Formats: sequence, C-alpha cells, structure tokens
Amino acid sequence: MSKFRKSGSKETPAISTASLPDIVFMLLFFFMVTTTIRDVSLLVKVKMPTATELTKLEKKSLVSYIYVGPPQKQFVKIYGTEPRIQLNDQFAKVSDIPDYILAERASREEAEIPFMVTSLKVDEFTKMQIVGEIKMELRKAAALHINYSSRKAETVK
Amino acid sequence: MRKTPEIPSASMADIAFMLLIFFITATSMDVDSGLERVLPQMPPENQEQDDTPPIKERNVFSVLLDANNRLMVEGELLRVEDLREKAKEFMMNPNNSEHLPETKPTEIPLLGNIDVTKGVISLRNDHGTQYGMYLSVQNELVAAVNELRNEFSTQKFGKKYEDLTSEQKEAIREAIPSRISEAEPKTIGGKK
Repeated sequence: MSKFRKSGSKETPAISTASLPDIVFMLLFFFMVTTTIRDVSLLVKVKMPTATELTKLEKKSLVSYIYVGPPQKQFVKIYGTEPRIQLNDQFAKVSDIPDYILAERASREEAEIPFMVTSLKVDEFTKMQIVGEIKMELRKAAALHINYSSRKAETVK
Repeated sequence: MRKTPEIPSASMADIAFMLLIFFITATSMDVDSGLERVLPQMPPENQEQDDTPPIKERNVFSVLLDANNRLMVEGELLRVEDLREKAKEFMMNPNNSEHLPETKPTEIPLLGNIDVTKGVISLRNDHGTQYGMYLSVQNELVAAVNELRNEFSTQKFGKKYEDLTSEQKEAIREAIPSRISEAEPKTIGGKK
C-alpha cells in the first residue's frame, strides 16, 4: 500500500566495518609521522628542575644530550650513588665530552653545525662542581650554545 | 586464465592496530624545553692579562650562591623570590640612585635616544651548590630581563616582546641588554 512501509525485519543493520582499516591506518600514519623514538635508555636518574623562562628546542636533530644524575638502581653496585655523566648509551667521564661533541658534529651537515645545541639534562640535586666541569669542557670544545633542560613550573605567578 | 583468489582483508585492521599500538607506546610527545644560555668563549691561551678597564663597583650586581644553597645579593642574604624584583631595580635604576648602575645615552634605531644601563649581573656559585638552586637563580635573572623587555616594548610599541618584528626586537635587546656573566666557581669551605 504505502510506499514508505518498511519491508523486511526491523533489526538495525550491523555497522559496516569495511572502513575500519582506513581509519586505523590514518591514526597509524599520524603517529608514525609525529614519533621520535627514544634512542637512548637512561642509565642515570634525572629529575629535572622547574623553570618559567623556557625556550623550546626546535630542531631535535640538532640537539646533543648530556645526562647527569645518580645511576639507576641496577648500576648502583658498580658506579655508586654519586652523580655520573651519561653520553649516548654509556657512562662517561668529563674528559669524554670533547670527543662526544666532535662525534656529534661529524654526524651533522656542515651547514647545520653553527645551530647545534647541547641540552644538559641534569638532576636537581646534583652538585654544581660536575656541571661546572662540563661547562668548561663545552667551552673548550666551542659548543657554546646550551640549554638547561627543565620542566615548566606549574604555579605561574 | 584462472582467477587468482582475493586475499582476505579482514585481518588488515588487526595488523594495522598492532602497528598503531607499537607507535603509540614508542612515541614521546613531550617537547624538550629548557633555559637557553650561551657560554662565553674560551679566551685564547697565550692571552696576556686583559686590558679591559675594571668595572665600577656600582655597575656590578653580584649574586653569590654558597654550598648550603644560600643566596647573597649585593652583600645581603635574599630569598630567591625577591631576586627578580631586585635585579629589575638594578637594571632600570629608576631613581638614578648613586648605588645603582650608570646609564649611557645611546642612539638606537626605531627608539631614539635611550639611557642604556651599564650594569652587569655577576653570578658566582660554589662547587657544592645544588643544580636545582642554581637553575632557579638563573631563571629569575633571565625572567627579570625578559620582564623588563616586555614592559619596555609594551611602552614603546604597544606589543609584547615576542610579537615584535625582528628589527624591533633587536632595538629592544640593545636598549635592555642581558649581561649575565658567570665567574669561575669557588670552593668555600673544605668539604668537596
């Protein structure tokens, strides 16, 4: 009779999952593009201090990292609890820093070298002596542009 | 010709999900940020005693940090919270006080004749100072300069410092220089 009479059963049809892979792929590509995979595992504990006057590190590829802090639990037996320096994936001495900087420079394009930044990720409770020595080595290696890595202070005045 | 059977694509979603979960867990989204500083250049080794004239006492804002994380500014103990105001007062010298730094009128493009301070902030820490304390002091000093620049640019251009063009920024930087010098740290007291 009526043109609009519903035919067949009244069950709601199942939602088509044919487009599910497409949606997931879209998400996948998003994450693949935005990802920067952590390439070092931290051997030292670093709890960064807070600060308010932060600048973002724009080009991650131009940043070399120096970690300083007390060794993680599993290394305490070997290295003790005093703050240590970590370069790449191993513990290092202050005297290793110039070589590290040179190696970092060698792995970049020549035109990019003046824009390189050294990011110091130092634990809050480290004594300044070790930091002072690092800064001296960096000055000797002419890696003058540094960034004291820190967290954003939550309470803003 | 025989038709090749179609590859079932039902498991496609599962595969994609697996990859997706891998990338989600491996991602670190946090942007690295920190306090940016430029270290002074190493003096050439064969340099004789430098012949730069000594800086006058009133032009130096001395900030000392000892091994017990105490802060001494211009000979007085001070809390970190008060450092910013003190540093701003030093840099601006609003009342032309005798004890605060001299100013030198300088011709700056876009701004005209501006009294530029000759003040230098000198920061010295002990070998035993904690890094967290050192950084918060650095932060306060940088904040003082940034606030002054912001105030000055609002007054001159009606905009915040970050929103200025690069020439305007250059002018503001010249009008309010950021001279924070770090002296060689000392060990005060025998304990290392």
